[in-house]
Amino acid sequence: MIPLLRLEDLHRDFGGLRAVDGAAFSVLPGEVHGLIGPNGAGKTSLLNLVSGLFPPTSGRILLDEQPIHGLAPHRVAALGVARTFQNIRLFPDLSARDNVVVGQHLRRRPSLAARLLMLPGARSEVGSARREAAALLERVGLSERIRVHARHLSYGEQRRVEIARALASAPRLLLLDEPTAGMSLAEVRAVAALIRQVATEGRAVLLVEHNVRLVMEVCDRITVLHFGKVIAQGTPSEVGRDPAVVAAYLGEAR
Amino acid sequence: MLDALLSFYDSYQSTVAYVGINALLALSVYTSLSCGQLALASSGFAAIGAYASALLTLRAGWPFPLVLGVAVLLPAVLALPLGLPVLRLKGVFLAIATIAFGEVIRIGLINWAYVKGAEGLVAIPQKTSVWMIYLLLAAALFVLGRLRGSKWGFALEAIREDEPAAQTMGIPTGQYKLSMLVLGAALAGLAGALEAHFTFMVAPNGFTFRRVVDMLVFAVVGGAQLYWGPVAGAAFLTILPELLRDLAPRVGIEPGPLRLLVNGLLLLLVILFLPSGLVSLPRQVRRFRAARSPE
Repeated sequence: MIPLLRLEDLHRDFGGLRAVDGAAFSVLPGEVHGLIGPNGAGKTSLLNLVSGLFPPTSGRILLDEQPIHGLAPHRVAALGVARTFQNIRLFPDLSARDNVVVGQHLRRRPSLAARLLMLPGARSEVGSARREAAALLERVGLSERIRVHARHLSYGEQRRVEIARALASAPRLLLLDEPTAGMSLAEVRAVAALIRQVATEGRAVLLVEHNVRLVMEVCDRITVLHFGKVIAQGTPSEVGRDPAVVAAYLGEAR
Repeated sequence: MLDALLSFYDSYQSTVAYVGINALLALSVYTSLSCGQLALASSGFAAIGAYASALLTLRAGWPFPLVLGVAVLLPAVLALPLGLPVLRLKGVFLAIATIAFGEVIRIGLINWAYVKGAEGLVAIPQKTSVWMIYLLLAAALFVLGRLRGSKWGFALEAIREDEPAAQTMGIPTGQYKLSMLVLGAALAGLAGALEAHFTFMVAPNGFTFRRVVDMLVFAVVGGAQLYWGPVAGAAFLTILPELLRDLAPRVGIEPGPLRLLVNGLLLLLVILFLPSGLVSLPRQVRRFRAARSPE
């Protein structure tokens, strides 16, 4: 199968710090791919590279075998990559629904002329955008909170709005940066189910997560990063048995 | 008696006209504020609109609607080469670069003999009428109002709240910021032309740094979150000095300094207690009442 995302010998330096050091792996369509590693392993830097927030120092990022490194974030997004942020970046003064409406930006094609002339088509376009946003919020279990400003939502709710906002662009590749951090157990269950469901729709998920149980449960394959280098790759059970991983991440073997 | 009435009408008419002109100028700063950019080039764009229109009227004798068209388009086109480099700057650096643009225009005009330097152009025929100002202001407000709640309006709000996040939603933030700078330049140029053909004259000292600060204060005091906030701010702060003029002798301060004192005080109060501007006052009062009610 042709990988949806392929990273080749990816490097990124910040001054003297090598955050990503020759990372290489691929993510297949319909796959949930876990990206784990200790704090400071370069996981978030790697997601930032893929989404175009900064360019790699060297190496290549290929989406559908087309290079995307060096493209501006909005161009990467237009190719079907959506993401959430580790340090939640919702638009705080917009409602949950309007946050998701912003996420639909790439898919909406309203006519400026219709809007200015107040044609009925413009109103129905906005209406359908809102209905769709409400449906996505229902999918993440927030149908009662659609009108609440993002800043007034709980931590777990904000994370779920972020997932809904990312899904609103109908991405082919979804990058999730610690989507369950700070969530209750029930919320984690719901997000795990949602991630599996997204993958069955044929989309790929690249999941950065510290909750090892969740990663082992939902991921098809896992890549382990340590000091910016890939130290192990494979299925959850393979990675779980790898002595290098056990040493670096899960603690010294007793 | 008749004289008193006429003189009252004269000053009243000019205040009414200035409410509209200042509202357009406040909106020209607001367009960039609406996507989180503090661009202060509006005095420069207003100068370009004012001088271009005055020259076309005086030297070429063009019909007024055509003159206004040029006053809108010329600054808008010039905003492109300005915006491409300076919109890469953030926050106060963007403000400094755009202030510098305004100063370059002003100082250039002072040293340009063709437009009579510091003296400026005089005896411009009065072609602006109050209804024109308000018609054009209404058109500007209509366009800004229609943007709100649309895909483009949400994109602007998203950029204002978190630009990198907006980019990862696929929003080309650079294009949006440039478009709003261009729109602001067009509004400033229009206001400049309307003013030039209302006051019979244009001079470089009408487009100083203080002028653009006034525009910013209109927008902030009125409220830069909503498109009609700058209009409310411009109206309030343009009418206020007229009221202060009567008050000044009683408190023993000259009207000019009193105006600055009151403006500064108002700006301080608004920033401290009404960060969303005067237009948010009713909502704040409701919230305050709700918080105090016993239930």
